Amino acid sequence: MKENSVLEMRHIYKCFPGVRALQGVDFTLGKGEIHALMGENGAGKSTLIKVLTGVYEKDEGEIYLDGLDKPAVIRSPQDAQRLGISTVYQEITLCPNLTVAENMYIGRGTGRLTNWKQMNTDADRILTNLGIPAKAQQQLSDCSIAIQQMVAIARAVDMDCKVLILDEPTSSLDESEVEKLFGLMRDLRARGVGIIFVTHFLDQVYEVCDKITVLRDGQLVGEYVIEELPRVKLVAKMLGKELDDMEEIKDETNVYHGDDAYVFEAKGLQSEAGIKPFDFYIKKGEVNGFTGLLGSGRSECVRAIFCADKVTGGTVQMNGKPVKLTKPLDAMKNGIAYLPEDRKLDGIVGDLSVRENIILAAQVLKGFFKPFSRAEANAFADEYIKLLEIKTASADTPIKSLSGGNQQKVILGRWLLTHPEYLILDEPTRGIDIGTKIEIQKLVLKLASEGMSVTFISSETDEMLRTCSRLVVMRDRRVVGELSGFDLTQGKVMETIAGGDAS
Amino acid sequence: MKKRTLATMLMASMTAVSLIGCGGGNAATQAAATTAAAETTTAAAAAAETTTAAPAEAQKELIKVGIINNDPNESGYRTANDADLKAMFTEENGYEASFAYSLKNDEQINAAQKFIQDEVDYLLLSAADTSGWDSVLQDAQNAGIGVILFDRTIDASEDLYLASIVSDMDKEGETAVNWLAGQGLDEYNVIHIQGVMGSAAQRGRTGALDAKVAAEASWNLVTQQTAEWNSEKAQQIVQSVIDSGTPFNVIYAENDDMAKGAVAALDKANISHGVGKDVIVMGFDCNKWALEELLAQNWNYDGQCNPFQASYIDAVIKKVEKGEELGEKVIIMDEKGFDATEITKEDVEKYGI
Amino acid sequence: MTLKKHISVSKQIFIPIAALVLLAVFNLLVDPAFFKISLGHNSAGDPVLTGYLMTILDYGSEVAILAIGMTLVTAASGGQDISVGAAVAIAGSVILRILVGIGGDGSLRAPIFVGFLAACVVSMLFGAFNGMLVAVFKIQPMVATLILYTAGRSIAAWINNNELPIVTDKSFTYFGGFIPGIPIPTPFFLAVVCIVAALLALKFTNLGLYTQAVGINASSSRLNGINPVFIKWLSFVLLGLCVAVVGLIKTSRLSSINYSVIAKDIEMDAILAVALGGNALSGGKFNIMASIMGAYVIQFLTTTLYKFNVSSDALPAYKAVVVILLVVISSPTVKDKLIGLQKRMKQQKGGGQS
Repeated sequence: MKENSVLEMRHIYKCFPGVRALQGVDFTLGKGEIHALMGENGAGKSTLIKVLTGVYEKDEGEIYLDGLDKPAVIRSPQDAQRLGISTVYQEITLCPNLTVAENMYIGRGTGRLTNWKQMNTDADRILTNLGIPAKAQQQLSDCSIAIQQMVAIARAVDMDCKVLILDEPTSSLDESEVEKLFGLMRDLRARGVGIIFVTHFLDQVYEVCDKITVLRDGQLVGEYVIEELPRVKLVAKMLGKELDDMEEIKDETNVYHGDDAYVFEAKGLQSEAGIKPFDFYIKKGEVNGFTGLLGSGRSECVRAIFCADKVTGGTVQMNGKPVKLTKPLDAMKNGIAYLPEDRKLDGIVGDLSVRENIILAAQVLKGFFKPFSRAEANAFADEYIKLLEIKTASADTPIKSLSGGNQQKVILGRWLLTHPEYLILDEPTRGIDIGTKIEIQKLVLKLASEGMSVTFISSETDEMLRTCSRLVVMRDRRVVGELSGFDLTQGKVMETIAGGDAS
Repeated sequence: MKKRTLATMLMASMTAVSLIGCGGGNAATQAAATTAAAETTTAAAAAAETTTAAPAEAQKELIKVGIINNDPNESGYRTANDADLKAMFTEENGYEASFAYSLKNDEQINAAQKFIQDEVDYLLLSAADTSGWDSVLQDAQNAGIGVILFDRTIDASEDLYLASIVSDMDKEGETAVNWLAGQGLDEYNVIHIQGVMGSAAQRGRTGALDAKVAAEASWNLVTQQTAEWNSEKAQQIVQSVIDSGTPFNVIYAENDDMAKGAVAALDKANISHGVGKDVIVMGFDCNKWALEELLAQNWNYDGQCNPFQASYIDAVIKKVEKGEELGEKVIIMDEKGFDATEITKEDVEKYGI
Repeated sequence: MTLKKHISVSKQIFIPIAALVLLAVFNLLVDPAFFKISLGHNSAGDPVLTGYLMTILDYGSEVAILAIGMTLVTAASGGQDISVGAAVAIAGSVILRILVGIGGDGSLRAPIFVGFLAACVVSMLFGAFNGMLVAVFKIQPMVATLILYTAGRSIAAWINNNELPIVTDKSFTYFGGFIPGIPIPTPFFLAVVCIVAALLALKFTNLGLYTQAVGINASSSRLNGINPVFIKWLSFVLLGLCVAVVGLIKTSRLSSINYSVIAKDIEMDAILAVALGGNALSGGKFNIMASIMGAYVIQFLTTTLYKFNVSSDALPAYKAVVVILLVVISSPTVKDKLIGLQKRMKQQKGGGQS
């Protein structure tokens, strides 16, 4: 082992049926180092992490850890934990029905009786230290996703780890929470902990990381010191090609030029999810968006439009005609499509094949007694796999074995297949790689130029600024402003979100 | 049927007690027991206000009896038993009878205490459970009430009751096996279909046959299987023997239901059965429909499990009233075995349950 | 792609087929006469085929029919209906009530199909009740159906006022026995009809897709316009239909009913059939044909055990052993171990060559 490194992985190989997920990957993590692991979806980041944490067993290769004179044997997450490797996954892997403290200490007992009081006190102390606004005895499911994520980090941090793996920890956090997390990461770095940071947010990589290792298609591209690798080069390394300027995706040629009638208009819309009644409209060929902090009610608004939550008030017009929408199927029949925020919970049907996932919504629209023939279904699936460049072994592959970005593309394909008039995309770019992000944004603009109305929600304001021509700003579950034209700047958005205008 | 609540149904299932005594042999259906228990829970509440058969201005000469029985819906056996008691203890026969039904011991004990307070002359009891009766029977004795057990015995001192009128399951088996031996076959290849293992009826009816098979070289068991009083299982067991091609000439089923299942298998395979045919069919319990099969000579034998204890009880009471000495405490009832060649229409009506 | 699909389907159905082959080979080695089928005549003088195999087809069909509905319920709700035995009792009781009635003399008062239709309606109503508890009130299926499991047989007894009606009409025996002139047991035909109906329904409607989608991810299904409540409810109603058919077969076999023992424990066999078919009992993807194969495997096992004179009260123990084996073999742990073993063997081979 090299001096000063806490972890070395050498020539790691891992195959899944039909996929060579890792091919001879090396990875070195130094003491007190924050090391970004970068790559597109399917590049092998998650697999490498899972090999390291014992979720998967590697086929070949060695893992060396500081303080061990022979290769470490990691066969289970418990092994990894014992060796000082802690992980916070992208998806929350805690138990929502337990309390925060229980989640922090679960599976860590050494067989002794648990001292509940002590446990709660300890948990509260850690939470306070980290500035996490949660109480030890609170049930985890009562916390927001962001808080849950932070609890997961708190749990990992408390386990005296040498290697801390953060797999997309920031995708559910808003900026102040991200800052808190970064503060924490720097603290840990100062204490000599090696941190592996997996993320899609380039800004964050450059803000906090020391080194970058890039993977592509299961192979190592290289390891770089952060100062020596400018962003554009990083993106190029990840994609394996030079990237045309992302800023230029929106241009005047692909804007829809037709009548600008209201496709959808709602007045005083209200749902069970506890948002204040709001008015909303979208024109033909328009791309607009809801923005606001996490929990400001932006998702709840689009859910109300699609009737994903029970609508409790308000009127809706489609193309000028009043319609009564009470359930998702009504919305679908009126040409509304909705890609939900929580892909795993509300989007994919995990065990079903890519094909079945693609045709699902169109099939439901077509009717219970009119199933697509095998040939039709195959044709649709192949069409959208090709169109959206979905990386899958075949249309028969269960969607759950695809990477997050590809799953998202399948869901997108599902809704495009219904040929909607009005497409709602709630966080379509969350947790997916930069290449796909841009693809999706480009697609949105292309669809709009063809006359489709699109509502686009993203936590990344610059994404929204690039794609949307009008932004509805939310704060505390109510609409607080609307921005368009020259007001569409980062500063103005922030100002409106923060309520700085004080009018 | 009374309207039942969900809760009652759930309770009912919990109270569906395993049955001992003759009732068990009588395809004491769990469903029936469940129904019964459901009824009982309603009846339990009503136990306090036990139905009084006699008018309020009852004459002094009437003998007051309190009858505590299991629920009549428990099985065909119990239904017949209850009807028999109701027919016997009438005003015309000089009785004023009150009835209480329950499948639960504690409810029965409560009913017994009620009867003692009502100053009945005799307490007739078919106990749900064998234990727990000492103190209440002691109370009865102190109050000068004569206790007569029927159908089921209890774990209590013999001094506490006047008589116990029960069936003898071993004898039922012996009667049946003796009848079979009397058929004079050269070889007995018996398919033996047993009831729920361990029940009193099964033990008694199996014991006699086992002893005979062990003693006689010409008696063989082709198969000995429990069908758990279940006609469907019996059918499959016999079907299996038929499929195997092993010859047999006797079906000894420990209740009528199982005999019926066995016969269904025979019919399917065109194996003749009944009087003068290839296979002898034997059942127990004397269900009316079974006796009709006997009458039609489709079956050969049906052993009785006598539910008619009323006349025995009546005799005991009469003796006591006259001040005569009682003989043995335990009175074994006569139990017939019906032969298809001898059974009459009257027998079917009289003994069919 | 079609080839791959073919393989993945056959993988699931492989379990029951392997079990079937295993049992068949065992019987072949021990006593080849097991496979003897002979043509005879029953007591009514009609030609009938007899032999162990026919017995398996005959009795296995009851569970096979129930397995169809149970597969759907399992897939949609991720739980099992444990009340089917009691529901069969109710269905049978309804048939007899309509055909003979209380205090009847055994002759038919109504055409048999009327009795059967009534049983269908009643069974589906009880299915709807179960389905409502599960789908609307979100009660665990086993808990929800525990109610009918407990009360069903009492209800069955109550329908006929606790009497045991006996049908004397010969034509009623056809459904659990033989139709004159056709030497194959009728239950098998009824099973075939049900299977074909189920397969047609799966082919010409989206029942399969919807059921699986709901079973895998109800929330996602709802957002795709499917009504998960309705689909779950529907699966229980369809199971009710299967129950009615089995009720007809069961009562026809003896031309009578015994409320406490009719179709006793059949729910366990039906669930076992679903499990044997390699279907996840936690719901989601399913394969109806595999479940049906599973049903016949269970009867094959039962008949084999009867043949070897295994005490019938010990049968559940043998079935339990089979279940344990199956569950263990199909568990992810064992699968991984097997795959690992395979890989290691390959590696060793490779190492030897180099």
